[in-house]
Amino acid sequence: MDNNISLLETVEPDIIGEMTARRGPIEKAKAMTGVLGSTIISFGALAGSAFGGDKKLPGKIVDVLNFALTLEYLEDDFYRTAVGSSNLIPREARDVFGQISKHETAHVALLKSVLGSKAVAKPQFDFTAGGAFGDVFSNYQTFLAVSQALEDTGVRAYKGQAGNLQDNAKILTVALQIHSVEARHAAQVRRLRGEKGWITNDSRGSLPAPTQAVYNGEGNAMQGGANLAGLAGLSNDAITEAFDEPLTKDEVLKIAGLFLRK
Amino acid sequence: MEINVKSLTTDNNSETAKISSRRTFLKWSSAAALAALAFGAIGPEKFVANDAFLGLPIEPLAQGAVDLGKGDIGILNYAYALEQLEAAFYTQVISTKFNRMTSAESAILTDIRDHEIAHREFFKVALGKKAIPGLQVNFTSIDFGSRESVLGTAKTFEDLGVSAYNGAGQLLKKGEYLLLAGKIVSVEARHAASIRDLLQPMSSYFSGDDVTDPNTGLDMAKMPSEVLAAAGPFIRTRITANNLPRPKM
Repeated sequence: MDNNISLLETVEPDIIGEMTARRGPIEKAKAMTGVLGSTIISFGALAGSAFGGDKKLPGKIVDVLNFALTLEYLEDDFYRTAVGSSNLIPREARDVFGQISKHETAHVALLKSVLGSKAVAKPQFDFTAGGAFGDVFSNYQTFLAVSQALEDTGVRAYKGQAGNLQDNAKILTVALQIHSVEARHAAQVRRLRGEKGWITNDSRGSLPAPTQAVYNGEGNAMQGGANLAGLAGLSNDAITEAFDEPLTKDEVLKIAGLFLRK
Repeated sequence: MEINVKSLTTDNNSETAKISSRRTFLKWSSAAALAALAFGAIGPEKFVANDAFLGLPIEPLAQGAVDLGKGDIGILNYAYALEQLEAAFYTQVISTKFNRMTSAESAILTDIRDHEIAHREFFKVALGKKAIPGLQVNFTSIDFGSRESVLGTAKTFEDLGVSAYNGAGQLLKKGEYLLLAGKIVSVEARHAASIRDLLQPMSSYFSGDDVTDPNTGLDMAKMPSEVLAAAGPFIRTRITANNLPRPKM
């Protein structure tokens, strides 16, 4: 029965109550912290045993894949709603968003097929983020802004999880193959908005302030233990653009949590 | 004839490359031809380019093959080789801009050049003494005066880079290196999408069904053997990769 609970729904107080009612005091304590990230961690750590299903996949990998699936649910729902909304996407951009939507749908199906019965359920989303993006499905510019934020977040999310998949070459490769597609999407949407396809420093560009968490840390110039500032006479802009940065699962879920139906 | 060439690259290779050739570079703008010779960290040594251009046979290199090495270092050198190729390509693209390059195209290609130089120089620094030497490139098949040829080659290189990093991730042992490869591959994918959009604007081509499987939504992942075979025609230096790690499954 627990497999009807999605990752993001774990932040809902009533769901947390349900979960904790069925689990021991340690999990209860963790879940009751009320902090999204730690709640997710405690829940995710249980996923392997709690969800039954594919016994071959270690819990750590199931955890990552369900995290990815949650993000893909979010993107898939977002684009399917947008593509299905009349008078939102102008004719000239329909091929672009049709393609993106197709990929997100495929990612959901692929991850669900890998996870089998361990796949989390799809949460209910609110793409207005409680009203912050109230016209997301009627104003093209708002839609583009949310799209960019989701894609750039997706890239960072997959990047941050690669290390957790190293034990399974096949799944790691699949995750990398999704990761680069999200980056293609991100670049395309950014360019539709008149931004560069790449991220300069930690700039959110013309996106509204609530999206800054999507870009925090992108200004990093330390790579492999070396400070690349001034490398080969390049500008700091160029150096930070040349390396995308990861986000932790907690950081991503805080961003994604904005779009959870409250 | 013998020509002294000031390197046109923006890397550290500012030393004069001494180039001698029996042939004059008839069909090349002088800058394009000389830049092609000066690329790839050729350095100050004498570079003999007998019949080197216009699709004519190239004299075998006097030096031996470059081996990428083994383990994680081998994979990093493999990445370094690809980044050298890309950096050299875009350096020439910007040095000898194709006809009617728009300012928007120039801005994108200049940014990409700088990113690839950053990647190349990063690997060079990171690998230190274990780095392979600078590679000599062979761009004789590219018409740098043609938008179609330049953007078509850029697309090839970027898609190849994406598939190379995607395929090599599983060959890396150290998590730190995997993360670094991840930091770079998404930038390559951003490049690929942008170049593709220049070729077929506002279409599905930025992540087209030819590179992103429409059924799974997955980009390509290629093993080094396949990638090096595709990159081979653009690299003059002979590279051996027999000691690279192989996939487990």
